[in-house]
Amino acid sequence: MAMNRDNVKIHVEHLKKSFGKLEVLKDVSTDVYEGEVVVIIGPSGSGKSTFLRCMNRLEDITGGTVVVDGYDITDKKVNINTVRENVGMVFQHFNLFNNMNVLRNLTLAPVDLKKAGREEAQARAVALLERVGLSDKALAFPAQLSGGQKQRVAIARALAMNPDIMLFDEPTSALDPEMVGEVLEVMKELAREGMTMIIVTHEMGFAREVADRVLFMDGGYIVEEGTPEEVFNHPRHARTRDFLNKVL
Amino acid sequence: MLRILSTYGNLLLTAMGQTLLLALCGLFFACILGLIVGLMSVVKNRVCNVIAALFVDLIRGVPMIVLAYFVYFGMPYLFNTILQIGGVMLTALQAGTICLALNCGAYMAEIIRAGIESVDRGQMEAARSLGMPYWRAMQRVVLPQAIRTMIPSIINQFIITLKDTSILSVIGFPELVNTAKNVVANTFMSFQTWAIVAVMYLVVITLLSRVARNMERRLKRGHEQG
Repeated sequence: MAMNRDNVKIHVEHLKKSFGKLEVLKDVSTDVYEGEVVVIIGPSGSGKSTFLRCMNRLEDITGGTVVVDGYDITDKKVNINTVRENVGMVFQHFNLFNNMNVLRNLTLAPVDLKKAGREEAQARAVALLERVGLSDKALAFPAQLSGGQKQRVAIARALAMNPDIMLFDEPTSALDPEMVGEVLEVMKELAREGMTMIIVTHEMGFAREVADRVLFMDGGYIVEEGTPEEVFNHPRHARTRDFLNKVL
Repeated sequence: MLRILSTYGNLLLTAMGQTLLLALCGLFFACILGLIVGLMSVVKNRVCNVIAALFVDLIRGVPMIVLAYFVYFGMPYLFNTILQIGGVMLTALQAGTICLALNCGAYMAEIIRAGIESVDRGQMEAARSLGMPYWRAMQRVVLPQAIRTMIPSIINQFIITLKDTSILSVIGFPELVNTAKNVVANTFMSFQTWAIVAVMYLVVITLLSRVARNMERRLKRGHEQG
């Protein structure tokens, strides 16, 4: 919505990633601007999740350069933890801390990493829970929540660190269909507020609605990119057309 | 039976106390050693992994009675006679503690490794994605969850170690079995003496198992609400 072309938040150049002999990302380059919402689509095994996980180095990077917030995260001297504090991530399987209640899930990292005092972190957590519509679940444990609720808590947990970039790795793929909407709604709200977001998803309707740019990945490359209108309505590549025919 | 109890009852009770003392000393160091070796086997470091694996294989591959002879007689011989460094004397309690710590430590390491590996990888990833360093995430998120699944196996290992103290009668530590042997040597009443000893072990271990089961149940209840 409020994309700022002057400020590159993530710069990716000739990124390569292999797992042993298997080359998952062959050569990926792109820039993500401040406030931009980038949606990555593509068949399974195309490397889209791996690409996303390279953005905060949850996967070791085999080759190329990834610059996040001005830090070259392929440089071993860069403290990756400092970079990660500003890059929130939401996982397909939520990964809420099972041994803590919802409130503690939200305050653990900010308090532990001295981003906020306990009181301040709790106040912020309560506000975030309200925002995702879960004020009444502050003292519940993850095991007591539905999938949709868990994922909304997970988004709030990532936001509790006050990040300026958010990564979403198939956030609705593990949800029952009736719970997908509530999670997408929270994400749309976030996009409207100008958060820089990279989202891997199979929700094509959502992609069409919120994406500033859609990347279609296949075989370890970005095959095609453009506005949702360009990619969904006028795909230039046969592989993109083929994929869209199968999923739309 | 009664004559044994009235004459040697106190002696056997003292011996039981020695057994418990030895087990406690051994378990204390075994927990520390097990935690260190267990963590060494899960960290992303080849050297640590190999050292941990070698240690576990070595200890598992040697019967404890051999380990006991080796530590109690072999080590002082090595230092005093072969290397002539001298001055190395181990009391039976020290040697016994080392044996139990090594033996039980190796099994504990395996329990701890398995416990940590049973925690979903996503838990660590989520903590790391928030900017938490590896050890902080391990301490705050992974270990508390791992310990819950480890508790039954750890208690089981404690009981095995308690029984294994009897093996250390071979290095002359005055624990229950060793003392009972002396009683039999004096009285020739082997049936009565060993029956008493068996019951003593049974009572102590059953009590401990009870406590353990209660603890386990309480932990499980905690897990259901969280």
